[in-house]
Amino acid sequence: MSDNWFDKLRDLGKQMGQTAYIAGLKGEVLEMVAPGRARMRLPYGPDLVGDPDTGIVHGGVITGILDHTCGMCVTAALRTPMPIATLDLRIDYMKPAVPGQDIFAEAECVKVGHDVAFVRGLAHQGSREEPIALCTGAFMLIRGGYQMPPAAE
Amino acid sequence: MELLARAIAEGRDPDPDALIAAIPYCRYLGVRAAVKDGAVSLIMPFAAHLVGNPMLPALHGGVIGSLLETAAIVQVVWETRAPKMPKPVDITVDYLRTGKPVETYARARIARQGRRVVNVHAELWQEDETKPIAALRGHFLIQS
Repeated sequence: MSDNWFDKLRDLGKQMGQTAYIAGLKGEVLEMVAPGRARMRLPYGPDLVGDPDTGIVHGGVITGILDHTCGMCVTAALRTPMPIATLDLRIDYMKPAVPGQDIFAEAECVKVGHDVAFVRGLAHQGSREEPIALCTGAFMLIRGGYQMPPAAE
Repeated sequence: MELLARAIAEGRDPDPDALIAAIPYCRYLGVRAAVKDGAVSLIMPFAAHLVGNPMLPALHGGVIGSLLETAAIVQVVWETRAPKMPKPVDITVDYLRTGKPVETYARARIARQGRRVVNVHAELWQEDETKPIAALRGHFLIQS
Protein backbone atom coordinates (compact mmCIF):
# COMPACT_ATOMS: atom_id res chain seq x y z
CA MET A 1 0.00 0.00 0.00
CA SER A 2 1.63 3.25 -1.11
CA ASP A 3 1.53 6.75 0.36
CA ASN A 4 -0.69 7.37 -2.59
CA TRP A 5 -3.53 5.49 -0.94
CA PHE A 6 -3.21 7.62 2.21
CA ASP A 7 -3.40 10.77 0.08
CA LYS A 8 -6.39 9.31 -1.72
CA LEU A 9 -8.08 8.49 1.60
CA ARG A 10 -7.48 12.01 2.85
CA ASP A 11 -9.11 13.40 -0.28
CA LEU A 12 -12.01 10.96 0.03
CA GLY A 13 -12.43 11.99 3.67
CA LYS A 14 -12.59 15.63 2.62
CA GLN A 15 -15.16 14.73 -0.05
CA MET A 16 -17.27 12.78 2.43
CA GLY A 17 -17.26 15.79 4.75
CA GLN A 18 -18.74 17.83 1.92
CA THR A 19 -21.72 15.52 1.35
CA ALA A 20 -24.72 17.87 1.22
CA TYR A 21 -26.61 16.30 4.14
CA ILE A 22 -23.56 16.16 6.43
CA ALA A 23 -22.33 19.64 5.44
CA GLY A 24 -25.85 20.97 6.08
CA LEU A 25 -25.77 19.59 9.62
CA LYS A 26 -22.29 21.19 10.06
CA GLY A 27 -20.72 17.77 10.61
CA GLU A 28 -16.95 17.56 10.43
CA VAL A 29 -14.90 14.54 9.35
CA LEU A 30 -12.09 14.10 11.89
CA GLU A 31 -10.47 10.98 10.62
CA MET A 32 -10.74 8.39 7.90
CA VAL A 33 -7.79 6.05 7.97
CA ALA A 34 -6.76 2.61 6.78
CA PRO A 35 -7.37 -0.11 7.67
CA GLY A 36 -11.02 0.81 8.22
CA ARG A 37 -11.53 3.45 10.89
CA ALA A 38 -13.41 6.74 10.80
CA ARG A 39 -14.46 9.48 13.19
CA MET A 40 -16.60 12.56 12.89
CA ARG A 41 -17.83 15.39 15.07
CA LEU A 42 -21.21 17.06 15.04
CA PRO A 43 -21.62 20.35 16.90
CA TYR A 44 -24.98 20.93 18.60
CA GLY A 45 -27.32 23.17 16.65
CA PRO A 46 -30.98 24.30 16.82
CA ASP A 47 -31.88 22.46 13.58
CA LEU A 48 -30.98 19.09 15.15
CA VAL A 49 -33.58 19.20 17.92
CA GLY A 50 -36.14 16.39 18.00
CA ASP A 51 -37.85 17.27 21.28
CA PRO A 52 -38.57 20.98 21.67
CA ASP A 53 -39.33 20.54 25.40
CA THR A 54 -35.86 19.28 26.24
CA GLY A 55 -33.68 20.38 23.31
CA ILE A 56 -32.52 16.77 22.85
CA VAL A 57 -31.40 16.01 19.30
CA HIS A 58 -33.61 13.83 17.08
CA GLY A 59 -32.63 10.14 17.00
CA GLY A 60 -32.41 10.47 13.22
CA VAL A 61 -29.45 12.82 13.62
CA ILE A 62 -27.56 10.10 15.50
CA THR A 63 -28.57 7.59 12.80
CA GLY A 64 -27.35 10.06 10.17
CA ILE A 65 -23.86 10.56 11.54
CA LEU A 66 -23.46 6.88 12.44
CA ASP A 67 -24.50 5.84 8.91
CA HIS A 68 -22.03 8.34 7.48
CA THR A 69 -19.16 7.34 9.76
CA CYS A 70 -19.81 3.64 9.13
CA GLY A 71 -19.75 4.32 5.38
CA MET A 72 -16.46 6.17 5.74
CA CYS A 73 -14.82 3.33 7.69
CA VAL A 74 -15.83 0.87 4.96
CA THR A 75 -14.28 3.12 2.32
CA ALA A 76 -11.14 3.34 4.48
CA ALA A 77 -11.00 -0.47 4.63
CA LEU A 78 -11.09 -0.97 0.86
CA ARG A 79 -7.96 -1.35 -1.20
CA THR A 80 -9.62 0.12 -4.26
CA PRO A 81 -12.21 2.86 -3.88
CA MET A 82 -15.67 1.78 -5.03
CA PRO A 83 -19.25 2.87 -4.38
CA ILE A 84 -20.94 1.38 -1.31
CA ALA A 85 -24.53 1.33 -0.09
CA THR A 86 -25.94 0.80 3.41
CA LEU A 87 -27.72 -2.55 3.57
CA ASP A 88 -28.87 -2.27 7.16
CA LEU A 89 -28.11 -0.47 10.36
CA ARG A 90 -29.12 -1.31 13.92
CA ILE A 91 -28.88 1.41 16.53
CA ASP A 92 -29.20 1.02 20.29
CA TYR A 93 -29.86 4.30 22.03
CA MET A 94 -28.06 4.03 25.39
CA LYS A 95 -28.99 7.46 26.70
CA PRO A 96 -30.14 10.80 25.29
CA ALA A 97 -27.47 13.18 23.99
CA VAL A 98 -26.89 16.12 26.33
CA PRO A 99 -28.16 19.28 24.57
CA GLY A 100 -25.48 21.85 23.76
CA GLN A 101 -22.62 19.36 23.60
CA ASP A 102 -20.76 18.02 20.55
CA ILE A 103 -21.58 14.49 19.42
CA PHE A 104 -18.78 12.26 18.17
CA ALA A 105 -19.33 9.21 15.96
CA GLU A 106 -16.70 6.52 15.53
CA ALA A 107 -16.79 3.38 13.43
CA GLU A 108 -14.64 0.42 12.61
CA CYS A 109 -14.95 -1.97 9.70
CA VAL A 110 -14.69 -5.45 11.16
CA LYS A 111 -14.81 -7.48 7.95
CA VAL A 112 -14.65 -6.83 4.24
CA GLY A 113 -16.05 -9.68 2.21
CA HIS A 114 -16.41 -9.90 -1.56
CA ASP A 115 -19.87 -8.38 -1.62
CA VAL A 116 -20.56 -7.15 1.92
CA ALA A 117 -18.64 -5.28 4.63
CA PHE A 118 -19.58 -5.36 8.32
CA VAL A 119 -19.19 -2.44 10.71
CA ARG A 120 -19.45 -1.50 14.38
CA GLY A 121 -19.85 2.03 15.57
CA LEU A 122 -20.69 4.21 18.53
CA ALA A 123 -21.67 7.76 19.32
CA HIS A 124 -20.52 9.60 22.45
CA GLN A 125 -20.07 13.07 23.86
CA GLY A 126 -16.48 12.96 25.00
CA SER A 127 -16.14 9.58 26.69
CA ARG A 128 -16.14 6.37 24.70
CA GLU A 129 -16.94 4.52 27.95
CA GLU A 130 -20.29 6.31 28.14
CA PRO A 131 -21.75 5.93 24.65
CA ILE A 132 -25.05 7.58 23.76
CA ALA A 133 -25.60 5.00 21.01
CA LEU A 134 -24.10 1.80 19.66
CA CYS A 135 -24.55 0.56 16.13
CA THR A 136 -23.84 -2.38 13.92
CA GLY A 137 -24.39 -2.52 10.20
CA ALA A 138 -23.71 -4.08 6.83
CA PHE A 139 -22.78 -2.34 3.59
CA MET A 140 -22.97 -3.61 0.00
CA LEU A 141 -19.79 -3.20 -2.01
CA ILE A 142 -20.63 -2.13 -5.54
CA ARG A 143 -17.67 -3.62 -7.40
CA GLY A 144 -17.32 -2.30 -10.91
CA GLY A 145 -19.23 0.86 -10.03
CA TYR A 146 -22.79 1.86 -10.69
CA GLN A 147 -24.65 0.35 -13.62
CA MET A 148 -26.30 3.44 -14.97
CA PRO A 149 -29.54 2.83 -16.85
CA PRO A 150 -29.17 3.38 -20.59
CA ALA A 151 -30.22 6.83 -21.74
CA ALA A 152 -33.79 6.97 -23.06
CA GLU A 153 -33.92 6.94 -26.85
CA MET B 1 -45.07 19.10 24.46
CA GLU B 2 -47.61 21.76 25.10
CA LEU B 3 -49.57 21.18 21.91
CA LEU B 4 -49.89 17.49 22.76
CA ALA B 5 -51.00 18.21 26.32
CA ARG B 6 -53.52 20.79 25.08
CA ALA B 7 -54.99 18.44 22.46
CA ILE B 8 -55.33 15.69 25.06
CA ALA B 9 -56.89 18.07 27.61
CA GLU B 10 -59.40 19.18 25.00
CA GLY B 11 -60.18 15.57 24.14
CA ARG B 12 -59.17 15.74 20.47
CA ASP B 13 -56.54 13.98 18.38
CA PRO B 14 -53.27 15.85 18.20
CA ASP B 15 -52.74 17.38 14.73
CA PRO B 16 -49.77 15.45 13.30
CA ASP B 17 -48.80 18.30 10.98
CA ALA B 18 -48.66 20.74 13.92
CA LEU B 19 -46.61 18.18 15.84
CA ILE B 20 -44.14 17.81 12.95
CA ALA B 21 -43.95 21.59 12.56
CA ALA B 22 -43.00 21.87 16.25
CA ILE B 23 -39.97 19.58 15.80
CA PRO B 24 -37.03 21.67 14.53
CA TYR B 25 -35.18 18.75 12.86
CA CYS B 26 -38.36 17.75 10.95
CA ARG B 27 -38.78 21.34 9.77
CA TYR B 28 -35.14 21.25 8.69
CA LEU B 29 -35.78 18.09 6.62
CA GLY B 30 -38.96 19.65 5.19
CA VAL B 31 -41.34 16.93 6.46
CA ARG B 32 -45.12 17.45 6.46
CA ALA B 33 -47.86 15.19 7.82
CA ALA B 34 -51.48 14.28 7.16
CA VAL B 35 -53.94 11.71 8.53
CA LYS B 36 -55.10 9.16 5.97
CA ASP B 37 -57.22 6.06 6.67
CA GLY B 38 -56.69 6.28 10.43
CA ALA B 39 -52.92 6.47 10.16
CA VAL B 40 -50.46 9.32 9.90
CA SER B 41 -48.61 9.64 6.62
CA LEU B 42 -45.59 11.83 6.12
CA ILE B 43 -44.41 13.59 2.98
CA MET B 44 -40.86 14.82 2.42
CA PRO B 45 -40.31 16.80 -0.77
CA PHE B 46 -36.86 16.43 -2.33
CA ALA B 47 -34.30 19.10 -1.44
CA ALA B 48 -30.60 19.46 -2.21
CA HIS B 49 -29.55 19.33 1.47
CA LEU B 50 -30.91 15.75 1.77
CA VAL B 51 -28.41 14.28 -0.69
CA GLY B 52 -25.87 11.73 0.51
CA ASN B 53 -24.48 10.61 -2.81
CA PRO B 54 -24.10 13.33 -5.41
CA MET B 55 -23.12 10.82 -8.14
CA LEU B 56 -26.54 9.19 -8.47
CA PRO B 57 -27.89 11.47 -6.81
CA ALA B 58 -29.45 9.67 -3.84
CA LEU B 59 -30.92 10.57 -0.45
CA HIS B 60 -28.53 10.15 2.49
CA GLY B 61 -29.07 6.99 4.55
CA GLY B 62 -29.37 9.23 7.58
CA VAL B 63 -32.25 11.15 5.98
CA ILE B 64 -34.01 7.86 5.24
CA GLY B 65 -33.47 6.67 8.83
CA SER B 66 -34.64 10.03 10.17
CA LEU B 67 -37.87 9.98 8.19
CA LEU B 68 -38.61 6.40 9.27
CA GLU B 69 -38.00 7.21 12.92
CA THR B 70 -40.14 10.34 12.67
CA ALA B 71 -43.00 8.32 11.15
CA ALA B 72 -42.73 5.84 14.02
CA ILE B 73 -42.69 8.56 16.71
CA VAL B 74 -45.57 10.53 15.24
CA GLN B 75 -47.70 7.40 14.85
CA VAL B 76 -47.04 6.47 18.50
CA VAL B 77 -47.92 9.97 19.75
CA TRP B 78 -51.01 10.13 17.59
CA GLU B 79 -52.26 6.66 18.53
CA THR B 80 -51.33 6.50 22.23
CA ARG B 81 -51.85 10.24 22.87
CA ALA B 82 -48.58 10.25 24.76
CA PRO B 83 -48.07 13.66 26.38
CA LYS B 84 -44.31 13.51 25.87
CA MET B 85 -42.14 12.48 22.95
CA PRO B 86 -41.55 8.70 22.88
CA LYS B 87 -37.92 7.80 23.58
CA PRO B 88 -36.20 5.53 21.05
CA VAL B 89 -34.71 2.37 22.58
CA ASP B 90 -33.45 0.63 19.47
CA ILE B 91 -34.12 0.68 15.74
CA THR B 92 -33.16 -1.47 12.78
CA VAL B 93 -33.25 0.11 9.35
CA ASP B 94 -33.24 -2.00 6.18
CA TYR B 95 -32.26 -0.08 3.09
CA LEU B 96 -34.17 -1.71 0.24
CA ARG B 97 -33.74 0.61 -2.72
CA THR B 98 -31.87 3.79 -3.58
CA GLY B 99 -33.67 6.93 -2.40
CA LYS B 100 -34.23 8.88 -5.61
CA PRO B 101 -34.27 12.69 -5.69
CA VAL B 102 -38.08 12.82 -5.64
CA GLU B 103 -40.86 13.16 -3.06
CA THR B 104 -40.74 10.48 -0.33
CA TYR B 105 -43.66 9.14 1.72
CA ALA B 106 -43.66 7.40 5.10
CA ARG B 107 -46.12 5.53 7.25
CA ALA B 108 -45.87 3.48 10.43
CA ARG B 109 -47.97 1.08 12.44
CA ILE B 110 -47.76 -0.13 16.01
CA ALA B 111 -47.08 -3.86 15.90
CA ARG B 112 -47.42 -4.33 19.65
CA GLN B 113 -48.20 -1.90 22.41
CA GLY B 114 -47.16 -2.69 25.96
CA ARG B 115 -47.56 -0.48 28.99
CA ARG B 116 -44.12 1.10 28.76
CA VAL B 117 -42.78 0.12 25.35
CA VAL B 118 -44.18 -0.04 21.83
CA ASN B 119 -42.88 -2.01 18.88
CA VAL B 120 -43.32 -0.03 15.66
CA HIS B 121 -42.83 -0.88 11.99
CA ALA B 122 -42.35 1.92 9.48
CA GLU B 123 -41.93 2.04 5.73
CA LEU B 124 -40.84 4.57 3.10
CA TRP B 125 -41.74 4.66 -0.55
CA GLN B 126 -41.45 7.04 -3.48
CA GLU B 127 -43.10 6.62 -6.86
CA ASP B 128 -44.65 3.22 -6.17
CA GLU B 129 -46.33 2.41 -2.86
CA THR B 130 -45.78 -1.33 -3.47
CA LYS B 131 -42.00 -0.83 -3.77
CA PRO B 132 -40.71 0.40 -0.40
CA ILE B 133 -37.26 1.99 -0.41
CA ALA B 134 -36.61 1.37 3.30
CA ALA B 135 -38.17 -0.22 6.37
CA LEU B 136 -37.72 0.20 10.12
CA ARG B 137 -38.49 -1.91 13.16
CA GLY B 138 -37.99 -0.29 16.49
CA HIS B 139 -38.88 -0.02 20.16
CA PHE B 140 -39.89 3.25 21.79
CA LEU B 141 -40.52 4.00 25.45
CA ILE B 142 -43.70 5.87 26.25
CA GLN B 143 -42.90 8.60 28.76
CA SER B 144 -45.71 9.64 31.04
